[in-house]
Amino acid sequence: MKKRWICLYVENEIGVMARISGLFSGKSYNMDSITVGVTEDPTVSRMTISFTSDDRTFEQVKKQLNRSVEVIKVVDYTDIPIHKREVLFVKVNSCSSADKDEVFRIANAFGYNIADYNRNSILVECVQTEDKNDNAIKLFKETFPNRIEVIRGGSVAVEAISIAD
Amino acid sequence: MEISGAKMFVKALQEEHVETLFAYPGGTAIDLFDALYDAEGIDMILPRHEQALVHAADGYARSTGKVGVCLVTSGPGATNLVTGIATANFDSVPLVCFTGQVPTNLIGNDAFQEVDTVGIVRSICKYAVTVRKREDLARIIKNAFYIAKTGKPGPVLVDIPKDIQIAMGSDEYPTEVNIRGYKPSEGAHSGQIKKALEKLKNAKRPVFLIGGGVNIAHARKEMTELAELTGVPVVTTIMGKGAIPTNHPLYVGNIGMHGNLASNKAIMECDVLFSIGTRFNDRITGTIDTFAKNAEIIHIDIDAASISRNIKVDIPIVADAKVAITKMLKYAEKLDIADWVSEIMKIKEEHPINMNSYSGLTPEKIIKTINEMYNNLIITTDVGQNQLWTTQYIEIDENKQLLTSGGLGTMGYGFPAAIGAKLGNMDKDVICISGDGGVQMNIQEMATAVSYELPVTLVILNNGYLGNVRQWQELFFNKRYSSTCLRYRRSCNRDCMNPDKCCPKYTPNFVKLAESYDAVGIRVTNEEELRAAFTKARENKNGPTVIEAYIDPAANVFPMVPGGKSLDQMIMDC
Repeated sequence: MKKRWICLYVENEIGVMARISGLFSGKSYNMDSITVGVTEDPTVSRMTISFTSDDRTFEQVKKQLNRSVEVIKVVDYTDIPIHKREVLFVKVNSCSSADKDEVFRIANAFGYNIADYNRNSILVECVQTEDKNDNAIKLFKETFPNRIEVIRGGSVAVEAISIAD
Repeated sequence: MEISGAKMFVKALQEEHVETLFAYPGGTAIDLFDALYDAEGIDMILPRHEQALVHAADGYARSTGKVGVCLVTSGPGATNLVTGIATANFDSVPLVCFTGQVPTNLIGNDAFQEVDTVGIVRSICKYAVTVRKREDLARIIKNAFYIAKTGKPGPVLVDIPKDIQIAMGSDEYPTEVNIRGYKPSEGAHSGQIKKALEKLKNAKRPVFLIGGGVNIAHARKEMTELAELTGVPVVTTIMGKGAIPTNHPLYVGNIGMHGNLASNKAIMECDVLFSIGTRFNDRITGTIDTFAKNAEIIHIDIDAASISRNIKVDIPIVADAKVAITKMLKYAEKLDIADWVSEIMKIKEEHPINMNSYSGLTPEKIIKTINEMYNNLIITTDVGQNQLWTTQYIEIDENKQLLTSGGLGTMGYGFPAAIGAKLGNMDKDVICISGDGGVQMNIQEMATAVSYELPVTLVILNNGYLGNVRQWQELFFNKRYSSTCLRYRRSCNRDCMNPDKCCPKYTPNFVKLAESYDAVGIRVTNEEELRAAFTKARENKNGPTVIEAYIDPAANVFPMVPGGKSLDQMIMDC
């Protein structure tokens, strides 16, 4: 079993997202995350899908995706250098002013942004890899137990342009 | 010139040379039907149920090689197609199904007869799309036909909202197709073909395993040549039956759960398994880890996703069967394997499949009578024992064809498929072999066959049971016949394990039922009556003939590999 990354160019049409996610659920492939957005060409969307599987299942997934009429191109990102980013919002509630200072310190140390705050709450924005965001959540959870809300998007990935394999 | 969407639809069918349209009207399709009313060159067929409609289109497509075309209304019209679309999808049958839809401004409103048709069929068809703009209509229809018939063929659904049917737009029908996400593979990789043939050349115990792909690619002639050129024996799946004539000296038989011993042995003992156009379904492999375990496996398939999915393949070749086989004919050579061939053929001779242990008119005798009496034949089956017996005993050569729901195993398929096959092949005899269970799932199609004056012969093997399940209950569930007896009445003993003469009489009386439809009905009890019945059926040129044969309720299909067992663990008889 291994973590896999796939980049998918698809037709930007109603139902394509359902088609792709339905293919995963129908064949019992377990997806970790899926993101989609329109590309520079408004008729094309680009998806990033991450999931964990063995080699054989992964081959099947790629073939099944390739066979879908709505899929224009499948690119396997698993073993090539890529940049990955995931957006994470952490809201810390019931903050004292000392808590707020602590949040600012953490944000400063790890390069998070403070997206918003008021008297009691503070909203932190972390844009980094999925793994680093996992660590961020762990840190906030331990520092401010039962006072945080977590909202995370899926990962987007793009092949590296300067890193040699 | 500007024309309505409905007129564009008709024009598209004409441009695609659609001669036969299987169509059932309704509220959201009424504009299309109106435009079809005076359309030239399109024969409209009105089956009595949409499920039968799509099976008829399927039988038409399988038997002619053309695309089968369906038109139904939204909501229940569309949902009734589901079983037929899945059936066609599993067996790679090219269909284009048009469904009416509520107007675009009502979609999502739970309007009358609205369902999310595309959402429902998405996982059981090759492609499904709703037309959302009038200007897209012609291109979508053009693409639909192209997708359905190219590559691995399959069903495509085009959902047309009512307002699109009315809207005016261009009358141009595109001449070219360019779908950026769909480029079916053409050609066959020469290097891989040569590698495969090199492997074959050095084999001591090679076997060809041929699936439905060879029949779909219309490559029977080429396949027969390849078998003869190499001298390698041929085993088929039930979908591949007929890939080489069944009386050919190199034909071993069907593999799988109800195949013959020689075929299954050949697979278990071969050193090179050369498979073409099969997806190694669980019904043919038995347990995966013992399947052809000493063999190197070559697999040719048009669908890359079918390769190395169930069985790990050593040499994969993605190609159309006909293209690949034709290429192989150039390079293949004769093998020196006479001992191996005679070893297999000896097993075939010593362990023939027969029903000698049953008395009366057995399915074996019925099907063998058909073999003797018919030369130019399309035979369809329903699903269950009737299907398995047919695939065991029917002889197929270049003038005969077998249509059966192999992948999905859809009861109710056989009779409407026979009607569709007849419509596409008026010069051929068409027989459907059905059971008393399955035939009742689409018995209403008798009216269709009568309406269109179609001389289709329907043979009902009546054992009063859902026989295939009954067989499993007898063998593996301690004769607990749960919901399989069709003679059952509420007053029966609930634990009945032994049907006898005291059982309630069977209903319906299929002979009287046929007569009520203005069809010919004949009941037969022995071979002599059977021959007379077939002769009479042939003389009845203006409508269907039903031949009902009461067979031994206890007759089972043997040999058999129980589910989850290895191919060499066959039960030979009761």
